[in-house]
Amino acid sequence: MMETVKQIQESLAKRETKPSEWVAKALQQIDAHDGQIGAFLTVDREQALAAAKRLDETETEQVERSGPQPLFGIPYALKDNICTEGLRTTAASRILENYIPPYSATVLHRLEGAGGVLVGKTNMDEFAMGSSTETSAFQVTHNPHRVGHVPGGSSGGSAAAVAANMVPFALGSDTGGSIRQPAAFCGVVGVKPTYGRVSRYGLIAFASSLDQIGPFTQTVEDAAIVLNAICGFDPLDSTSTQRKAERFDEDLAAGVRGLRVGVLRHAVDGGVDAGVAAAFQKAMEVLKDAGAELVEMDLPHLDYAVATYYLLAPAEASSNLARYDGVRYGRRVEAATLLDMYEKSRSEGFGREVKRRIMIGTYALSSGYYDAYYLRAQKMRTLIRQDFTEAFATCDVIASPTVPTPAFAIGEKVDNPLQMYLNDIFTIPANLAGLPSISVPCGAVDGLPVGLQLVGQAFAEKTLLRVAYAYEQMRGFERSLGSEEVGQ
Amino acid sequence: MDITEDTVRQVAKLARLAMTDEEVHAMAPELNDILSYAQQLQKVSLEDVEPTSHSQLLTNALRVDSPKPSLAREEALRNAPDSDEGQIRVPAVLEG
Amino acid sequence: MNYETVIGLEVHVELKTKTKIFCGCRNASGAEPNTHVCPVCLGHPGTLPVLNEEAVDLALRAALALHCHINQDNKFDRKNYFYPDLPKGYQISQYDRPIGEHGYVTIEVGGVEKRIGITRLHLEEDAGKSTHSIDGTHTLVDYNRTGVPLVEIVSEPDIRSPEEARLYLEALRSILLYCRVSDCKMEEGSLRCDANISLRPLGSETFGNKAELKNMNSFRNVERGLEHEVVRQTAVLSSGGTVVQETRRFDEATQTTLSMRSKEEAHDYRYFADPDLVRVHIDDVWMESARAQIPELPQAKMARYRRDYELSAYDAGVLTAEVEVARYFEELIAGGVPAKTASNWVMGDLLAYLNSTHRTMDQSPVSPAQLAALIGEIESNRISLKQGREVFRLMAESGKSAAAIIEERGMVQLSDESALGSILDEVLANNPKSVEDYLGGKEKALAALVGQTMKATKGQANPGIVNKLLLEKLAGKKG
Repeated sequence: MMETVKQIQESLAKRETKPSEWVAKALQQIDAHDGQIGAFLTVDREQALAAAKRLDETETEQVERSGPQPLFGIPYALKDNICTEGLRTTAASRILENYIPPYSATVLHRLEGAGGVLVGKTNMDEFAMGSSTETSAFQVTHNPHRVGHVPGGSSGGSAAAVAANMVPFALGSDTGGSIRQPAAFCGVVGVKPTYGRVSRYGLIAFASSLDQIGPFTQTVEDAAIVLNAICGFDPLDSTSTQRKAERFDEDLAAGVRGLRVGVLRHAVDGGVDAGVAAAFQKAMEVLKDAGAELVEMDLPHLDYAVATYYLLAPAEASSNLARYDGVRYGRRVEAATLLDMYEKSRSEGFGREVKRRIMIGTYALSSGYYDAYYLRAQKMRTLIRQDFTEAFATCDVIASPTVPTPAFAIGEKVDNPLQMYLNDIFTIPANLAGLPSISVPCGAVDGLPVGLQLVGQAFAEKTLLRVAYAYEQMRGFERSLGSEEVGQ
Repeated sequence: MDITEDTVRQVAKLARLAMTDEEVHAMAPELNDILSYAQQLQKVSLEDVEPTSHSQLLTNALRVDSPKPSLAREEALRNAPDSDEGQIRVPAVLEG
Repeated sequence: MNYETVIGLEVHVELKTKTKIFCGCRNASGAEPNTHVCPVCLGHPGTLPVLNEEAVDLALRAALALHCHINQDNKFDRKNYFYPDLPKGYQISQYDRPIGEHGYVTIEVGGVEKRIGITRLHLEEDAGKSTHSIDGTHTLVDYNRTGVPLVEIVSEPDIRSPEEARLYLEALRSILLYCRVSDCKMEEGSLRCDANISLRPLGSETFGNKAELKNMNSFRNVERGLEHEVVRQTAVLSSGGTVVQETRRFDEATQTTLSMRSKEEAHDYRYFADPDLVRVHIDDVWMESARAQIPELPQAKMARYRRDYELSAYDAGVLTAEVEVARYFEELIAGGVPAKTASNWVMGDLLAYLNSTHRTMDQSPVSPAQLAALIGEIESNRISLKQGREVFRLMAESGKSAAAIIEERGMVQLSDESALGSILDEVLANNPKSVEDYLGGKEKALAALVGQTMKATKGQANPGIVNKLLLEKLAGKKG
């Protein structure tokens, strides 16, 4: 069992433990369980131990001098689409199988600056395209709650690593739900911050106007602590916001009295699993008991969100993935002509789902179809954003299940991409509107976790965290892994 | 709306993806499914709606014109599948 | 049948910034391959572009100098295509909202002013440089140029002859040089030009099939390539054929154009707004500060020289064609040199010397202040004009000042009448034949006597005074 970020912080502050003990513990957990879970693509054992040892030694003399390091000595993992200088970064794709980045992502610098220790890189759907981590070119990741089931995706490795107690926190990326959906499936907390809060510099792009990095943690408070470290303006990302950094853990315990929670009308309709709907309704009662006002509300264009997303994201992806051409880095299949080299390298380097999305995106942008597909989707995006603006006139946060179903079995949906896409109905709108959103555990259906999703106004992460924290406290934070589950 | 196998081949060419006949055969109905689903957007009147291309409406994220260190050449070429004389080597670009 | 030539030009110009358009790598040519590159301009996974403010500023200045309407809200788009020298698989450019539109350049054709319209001017990034192996098996790519800021300037099809095309290019280059926007060196690739050319029956309003001409590395070659196309297309049309719409390459060796026979793969660039870059708003303050950076432009300067300095159209044209020449000329005037004298020196000895040594004005070994000092020595009669020209040559070769050379060589002009008087007496005594001839009515004999005097004084005698004294003395002998 892995302590929370907060607990490790306190233990280290009291000098009861040393960073290297925590890093060693994380590595032990990985050794013990990752054979069964498959959360990690790369474990950077030597580097992690060396970094922890340095922290052990600097602890006494330098900690005070070097200023606050909120994540001092705390081990963590990064999704393998976040670039780490000198450490293989693959985006779970054959085409980047041996890619060693010459630079590091801004979030890595921030986490290092905060004293965190990177232990490894986690599995994911190839280029973050998927909802199950099954499209990884390298391995399957298993849900720690039931190993025959998927952990969700695309950040399935990060979610599973936290759920299986391998690391107290991990980062993922969320383009259409890729943090919140696996958080829900794995029974952990996952946050997608407001677009622009966290620098995307060094995040291997899927759909640039939708991608955002965020944390997986065991508790809401831990999520706030990690957000403190990773949010903030970055001059290397033109889309990062210049807003001043906030202390996200400040007002967590302020309660929900007086806050209006919008209950999405679609949340319990026919498309939602009965068990999930029941868990969600119970969560709403908990919030009501805590003093929140429940307001029924609607997003009139919600039904168009999936179609909009599955045109816009592939369109951007088709362009973002053009750089994988076998020329400067990545996999190359040698051929006599340049055209052959391009086509063979890309065909052998990309998996089926990635190719499918490149095809949709290329088609949606191509002359003659741009207006009918891409442009219409961009216009629908405007209407969906307007839906949220209008909704926030009547409520402070919008609640729904994170996913309409609990985790599905491995292999169950791989042959039906559209079915897989439709499962993203509740998570996609926040990406289209650039809004912050969180998934917190809210019970289980037959032992499989269910997530409660909250969406807030742009830059209102603190309100989101306050509601999520109040819910978590009322429900009673419990470690829900049962006897057949992994990672205890 | 109908994605024929020919359309699949044309789009694959544009995207620089080689596809076997079987792949083309399998891809066509998948794309048809997804694009048919996307057809629902055709039912909505969107004439007077402005398109959204960015999540936040920021302007003027500009950089001062001052040099930063470049990569050492070995570092720049380290991931290259093939290089020669400090340059990246590729099969001949045929310029007709 | 008579045909009318219709030409439109697409010019790419590299902007003179210190760094590339989207990263901090240096914008400098001539470095070892792949030494001015970083993860951003190599298109590494996860990297993002951040726009260089100076690139926008220079593009704005160029657009204003070309009388363009400015789009104050700018966005950047991706132009998607695969090429080894294009690292991201797309070029960041401006598609439907160029920074400048509807501008013009004025040229003078056969003494008549003509406006060539500019359709658009937009900002974009340059690609790398590909070198093709001689055996045709492979290509080597250098990414130093990748991400260098460019403006693309597209003209209207207003150009009616190869000569007009050259005049347009010269005028455009001159304006951009004046504005310090670019080096505009076609040989080094900082200015590149593609041309579209078609013919149509005189009086027709519709355009004929056009050829796109590439690979011309000098203004002269642009003109020659177009001239060849006029001949070629005329022959095709006159024999009842149709001009093939295609891309053709100028071949310098044969001075002709050749079809590139590319399979003309239909380009589908799939432009869309780049989600990694935000909009750029150019407010009125920015606009005005850019306008303030535009100096007096060549045509205005030329008019002023003609008016204020009473120079001929030709002289004013030569002096204003290059901003460095005009600046030199104006510094001479600021140094107190009369305009005509300044013009004569710049257009005469100075440009001749620079041409003969293959130098440009900014490499002149004689500064305007040094030349002004030399002219002062002549104007004050300390040395003769003839001596002055010799001194100029010595200054250019040695870098020394006029005063030092005059001193060193003892080049003082003899103007003292009593000293010259005794020398003249000797000359007259030693040349009785010339004296006799002159007195006998042969006026030419005077020149011989002046020559003898100059010889006797080693060229230092003031020729004006020698003439005067000789005439006085000869008149005395007559009497």
